[in-house]
Amino acid sequence: MTAIDYVTACLFILGGIFFFAGTAGLLRFPDVYTRLHALTKADNVGLGLIVAGLALQAESWLAAGKLLLIWLLVLFAGACVAHLIARRALRKGIRIWME
Amino acid sequence: MTNAFLYALAGGGLFTLGLHALVVHAHLLRKILAVNIMGSGVFLVLVALARRSGETASDPVPHAMVITGIVVTVSATALALALMLKLAGKSGHTVLPDKHSD
Amino acid sequence: MLEWIFDTVLGLSLLWLAWRALNSPDLFKAIVLFISFGLLMALIWVRLNAPDVALAEAAIGAGLTGALLLAALARLRIMTDRNVSGASTHLAHPASPAQPPAGSRFSCGMLILLLPASAAGISYAVWTLPSDSSGLSLDVAENLGSSGVSNPVTAVLLNFRGYDTMLEMIVLLLAVLGIWSLGGLSPRPERPAAAVLETLSRFLTPVFILAAGYLLWVGADAPGGAFQAGSVLGAAGVLLLLSGWHPRARFMQWPLRLALTAGAGAFILLGLLTLLFEKQLLAYPVAQAGRMILLLESLATVSIAVTLAVLFLEVSSDHKEKVKKGEKE
Repeated sequence: MTAIDYVTACLFILGGIFFFAGTAGLLRFPDVYTRLHALTKADNVGLGLIVAGLALQAESWLAAGKLLLIWLLVLFAGACVAHLIARRALRKGIRIWME
Repeated sequence: MTNAFLYALAGGGLFTLGLHALVVHAHLLRKILAVNIMGSGVFLVLVALARRSGETASDPVPHAMVITGIVVTVSATALALALMLKLAGKSGHTVLPDKHSD
Repeated sequence: MLEWIFDTVLGLSLLWLAWRALNSPDLFKAIVLFISFGLLMALIWVRLNAPDVALAEAAIGAGLTGALLLAALARLRIMTDRNVSGASTHLAHPASPAQPPAGSRFSCGMLILLLPASAAGISYAVWTLPSDSSGLSLDVAENLGSSGVSNPVTAVLLNFRGYDTMLEMIVLLLAVLGIWSLGGLSPRPERPAAAVLETLSRFLTPVFILAAGYLLWVGADAPGGAFQAGSVLGAAGVLLLLSGWHPRARFMQWPLRLALTAGAGAFILLGLLTLLFEKQLLAYPVAQAGRMILLLESLATVSIAVTLAVLFLEVSSDHKEKVKKGEKE
């Protein structure tokens, strides 16, 4: 394995740790809003690290650019959907955990 | 026993799980979910068997059949959901009427 | 060795997700688990070296089927809230997840016999097949040069088994006709949606159209094709419908029907022409095959997209029902 492969492997493992943290937040946090917070923040960073690792292995700048676009699209869609879920939860009257 | 065989077994397992849920549950939406999962099991068996013709050169004919199957499944699911909604609207139940209950 | 562990983990989590999706008491949870089941299936398709199937499963199997199921559940819940008197209010409630059907001893016995029999039968049938068999891949590879495209799955779908695809387009049309025959296309007034959803759909719709066009064009040489492109466009239609857009009444008459029948109609027309000139159904002349496939795929993409969007429109909640509910309160 070359040096680039080692860096990619480290980035993947780091991304996996962030995904794990996001999932732990999903399971352990007390209400919808905090869970959304954990999911979007941690999972987006995790995806960014994995995309960075893949971009290092890409065969051209164009392919790396496309991978970056995928990450930006997921970021954008994830933020909008999290907002919509939180808005709906607020409308339904789910109370914010206050402790 | 190759990797593909493992997935074919999983496909058989999915089919059996779906069949069980189809018979046991009375709610129509669950039956629709069960039929979808049975279909996915069949597709898994097909594509796993297509893997037998080599690691990189999978047989494309089962792939084409499965793509056709996925599209047909979604149209059948939509029609089934519309039928269920009509039934629920008219009768107020989401279970099929029982022949033996009266 | 590592591959074995990976495949076993994937297979077991697939079975576990399916079990949870079928047997969880809350219907909403069941549908969400079904969507994640679809995404895991897409991953398994990639693992099994079937990227075209993975694209189709992620878009149609997980995405659109999930949207249809959630829309139907929402409509069931609205109907439940309306039935305050009289008729049973357990429409969207699971009742009991394992309510035995009538004549339960007979069906219990049947289940105990049927399930292991079907599992054993499938396993035996798969086990006794030869583990190295090229199937039809050699025949496809031989004739790929004269098919007009270089992606073998597209060649099979649109050229070698074009007849199946023609029938599939007709099945899509039949689904829409079936739903329309249950009760017409009710005109929905536009309702304003959240600003964020509107901005999302405004931003994403051009991206969807671009992605669909790319998938359609690249399907000749790489994984992609008409069904994947059509389902991406259909997803764009679903997003637009969710953000409150409703097509003008003028569009809902002839242009809509033209779009729905374009795919099947093109296939049938081309079939008749080839029957006339080449004396064989859907046998393209070799020099023109690539162009004909592209033409068929483009019209099929439009048809598939409009069909999927119409299917979603019909299954999702009627605005009039919601208005009635609001007036009651």
